[in-house]
Amino acid sequence: MTVKQLSLFLENRPGQLKVPCRLLGDAGINILALSLADTEQFGILRLIVREWERAYEVLKAGGCVVNVAEVVAVDVPDRPGGLADALEVIEQAELDVEYMYPFTNRAGDKAVLLFRFNDPQAAVAQLQAGGLKVLPSEELFNLLEAR
Amino acid sequence: MSSFVIENRIWDRAETMPRDELRALQLQRLRECVERASNAPFYRRIFKQQGITADKIKSLDDLRFLPLTTKEDLRQQGLEGFLAVPRERIARFHGSSGSTGMPTFVAYSGQDLQLWADLCARFLVAGGLRPEHTVHICFGYGLFTGGFGLHYGVERVGAAVLPASAGNTPRQVMLIEALQPEVLVGTPSYSLNIAEVARAEGREPRELSLKFAHFGGEPWTEDMRERIESELGLIAFNNYGLSEVMGPGVSGECAVRDGMHIQEDHFIVECIDPKTDEPVGEGEEGELVFTTLSKQAMPLIRYRTRDISSLNYAPCPCGRSGVRMSRVTGRTDDMLIIRGVNVFPSQIEEALLRVEGIAPHYLIEVDRPGTLDEVTVHVEVRPEYFSDKMSRMQALRERIDREIHSITGIRMNVELVKPQTLERSMGKAKRVIDHRANR
Repeated sequence: MTVKQLSLFLENRPGQLKVPCRLLGDAGINILALSLADTEQFGILRLIVREWERAYEVLKAGGCVVNVAEVVAVDVPDRPGGLADALEVIEQAELDVEYMYPFTNRAGDKAVLLFRFNDPQAAVAQLQAGGLKVLPSEELFNLLEAR
Repeated sequence: MSSFVIENRIWDRAETMPRDELRALQLQRLRECVERASNAPFYRRIFKQQGITADKIKSLDDLRFLPLTTKEDLRQQGLEGFLAVPRERIARFHGSSGSTGMPTFVAYSGQDLQLWADLCARFLVAGGLRPEHTVHICFGYGLFTGGFGLHYGVERVGAAVLPASAGNTPRQVMLIEALQPEVLVGTPSYSLNIAEVARAEGREPRELSLKFAHFGGEPWTEDMRERIESELGLIAFNNYGLSEVMGPGVSGECAVRDGMHIQEDHFIVECIDPKTDEPVGEGEEGELVFTTLSKQAMPLIRYRTRDISSLNYAPCPCGRSGVRMSRVTGRTDDMLIIRGVNVFPSQIEEALLRVEGIAPHYLIEVDRPGTLDEVTVHVEVRPEYFSDKMSRMQALRERIDREIHSITGIRMNVELVKPQTLERSMGKAKRVIDHRANR
């Protein structure tokens, strides 16, 4: 039920963000969602793509430092209080959120949130038990591509 | 340039001793030094192996048959190998950073400390210090010889000491304004930092009370002297020393300010080709080598400083007979001086090896964007240690930061870079880029 996310190490130099984007573009791989975490010294780029295995190889061959992490896609009603309700469940389940980033699907009235938990599998079970809808990869990709 | 004229006052008549007398004194003291040194395990062993005894030294030319001593010897043998007096006669320890985290210790007897203060008094007086002055010392007080060495030299002259120690520049400016010292002692680059902070606080640095400065602890240039003198409205003097030989006081400038007079009644200097170990011609650049003639606790024979300089035997108008050494223009090793502190690339390497997750490939970039040295260490992250979690990556960076600080005592910027990005060569990798020379 988890989604594979590619994480890339970015040096604090001009042009570093462009490198992986160009590599994926040339390989015909579309970036479905991304998030950038940065500090003064370095950055971490997180990407969701459909063909993550091929993308991984492309990036690695292109000299990027890349690894694969499992994130959990949670379907949240796109209305005021929707996110707060979801976070309520996460808090009750005492799940540690390492980071999260939203992806709003404007085609429907849904928002997708991507969560990074320490133990993604356990988190999925608890989120579902709390009544949240967790999206499997295929469903997420379809949703993201339907925009 | 400032408009003060300094009276050429001489602290000790020994400074003007005719050279033939000086050489006779050196020969006598060299024999005594060899005698004393043979009490130290390191020299006892070598002297025995090579059949060296004090009475075999017939002239100063025989010096060249004595063994050279290196910093590596000091490090390997430790203090014990070089102590020529029983431990209970030691009055103080100092230390300098070596190529590893452990400082290289040096020891002083009570008599050594007296001599040290006297030698500092000599160059301070040559550079305008008078008993009625107050001296602001912004060298660090600690294992580093700068702070305590100059402190007791100033006291010896009879002037007042303002022991400000290093760091916290706004406070330094405040102290100068409060107590109106005429003299500043520290590193040249730090004086510019004081000027900068004073200006930022709305003070005109030239209006500060400082009239003279005695700088040491790091290499600097004539251009920098001009800049410091015009910014702070003072006359700046250069002095030289290193902890292994004594600390500050080995040599210093007189009012002529054309080279630093070496206190030759207490040190024999040689200038050698670092590759062949043979003496270079007068005025030619080479590595300075010192033999301590009077030190009791830790006499050193032909100590290689790794400092590049040249010697000028021409008589000086000031009347001092001691040979003059030029500014130190470089090093024979890869030692860096950062904000007055000695740093070796191998120390950075040692710090990095303590941290899991990074490759021992690094590049040290040194610059002086304003008035203070800044160091950035570029470190390659190993791909398998890369994490998508910011907290882990930050922790890795902070860990590197801490290890470097604990070994070198200096805060450096740590930049994580991708594997295989730092330049590698077939032989020795390029470890240091120093932009300061181009500023």
